Amino acid sequence: MGGVALRLEALSRAREAADVEALIYNFFNLEVLLKVHPLLLKGFWMTIQLCILVVPLGIAGGLVVAVAYSFHVRWLNWLLIAYVDFFRSFPPLVLLILVFYGLPFLGIEVPSLIAVLIAFLLNTASYYGEIFRAGIESIGRGQREAARSTGLNGIQTMVFVVLPQAVRNVLPDLISNTLEVMKFTALASVVALPELLRMGRVAQGLTYNPTPLIAVALIYLALLWPIVRLLSRLERRTMAKR
Amino acid sequence: MNRIAENFFDLEVMAKYLPSILDGVLVTIQLAILIVLSGLALGFVLAVVRAFQIRAVNWLIVLVVDAFRALPPIVIMIVFYFALPFVGISMSGFVVAWLSLTLVLASFAEEIFWTGILSVDRGQWEAARSTGLGFLQTLRDVVLPQAVRLTIPPLTNRTIVITKSTAIASVVAVPEILTQASAAQAFSANTTPLMMAAVAYLVIFLPLVVLSRWVESRFGWKR
Repeated sequence: MGGVALRLEALSRAREAADVEALIYNFFNLEVLLKVHPLLLKGFWMTIQLCILVVPLGIAGGLVVAVAYSFHVRWLNWLLIAYVDFFRSFPPLVLLILVFYGLPFLGIEVPSLIAVLIAFLLNTASYYGEIFRAGIESIGRGQREAARSTGLNGIQTMVFVVLPQAVRNVLPDLISNTLEVMKFTALASVVALPELLRMGRVAQGLTYNPTPLIAVALIYLALLWPIVRLLSRLERRTMAKR
Repeated sequence: MNRIAENFFDLEVMAKYLPSILDGVLVTIQLAILIVLSGLALGFVLAVVRAFQIRAVNWLIVLVVDAFRALPPIVIMIVFYFALPFVGISMSGFVVAWLSLTLVLASFAEEIFWTGILSVDRGQWEAARSTGLGFLQTLRDVVLPQAVRLTIPPLTNRTIVITKSTAIASVVAVPEILTQASAAQAFSANTTPLMMAAVAYLVIFLPLVVLSRWVESRFGWKR
């Protein structure tokens, strides 16, 4: 009896060892990683470039929406709210595919990078716009009137008095949305833009080994985790202040 | 003008592919409802567990929640669908999409619920405990009712964002709206099915976005 139990134990240990080996071979295969790391590196830089393009574009678009809203012209505000709500109810991936596959049918051939930028600008400007709008509305009317009475014109008032305070008030939301936008860039893999996720999938196809996918996930974690931590801290501090 | 009509609003194509788009709508709605139910429930449970302040458990929760907040949903789905089978874990595309987005929603919801719990003043806890209420009673009857109210606007927004991400399930071959529309587009060599998909998403999500505006003004922070 004892012998059987021992043998069973040895067997299950061997199986566990095999499992661990399979895990390492499939998910943390250094040989594969060494082979495909130039691809992943290329994808990583593309992702960084995308972020550097998409985030400022979105912020600029959002500012335009929010400042336009702050004039409180009734028909314009209706239009802006319609724009914002329209793109908030639209999955960014659907928008991207519509732009990418739809524009050529209009006779407009665009490279995938431009399609990605157009789709993300439309989407992120609506989110950033909504956040900036809330920020601007959190600044009392008196501030504007005081600024105007000191001789600042409308634009100066907006740039030097309202916006700095508005941005401070909605900083956690701004960072949170920026995190979302950076995550969106992975969607560009669907239209064959050679960013990190795309390169990871190409590398997996070349090596028949999913290690590149795990590496891609870890790279995204390394890139975005600091922002998540910062955000948790900021949100807690904002909450404590109220 | 004609070109736009032909390529984006072709009535024949519309009639032909309407049934498959509607099938997709059903799948999207099912997936979304499942994700909302399981994601919010799991997030709530995690936040309550975190309130017990057991150090090792809290570390674990923060670790997992952070990871699922940081990773793009499309990366999570692709890892689950294309990498996990190599170590013997195979799931259908639908299960992958449901599980991925449930974990993402649960992570965001946990963080929101937890921030809500923290926002209830320490004095409330102490006062409740001093009247003889136990820890759980305090949590259930005093803290959570106040905390949950504050969490409604951010939860609504987050839930909409994540249920919209069900479109990403097209990458793992779930026959939802976008998958159906892409297939129809390929068959018909016409963009009309994608426009139908766009309209379908608007019909589903626009009411929710408008509702979220109302929720914001109803339950939002009074600044």
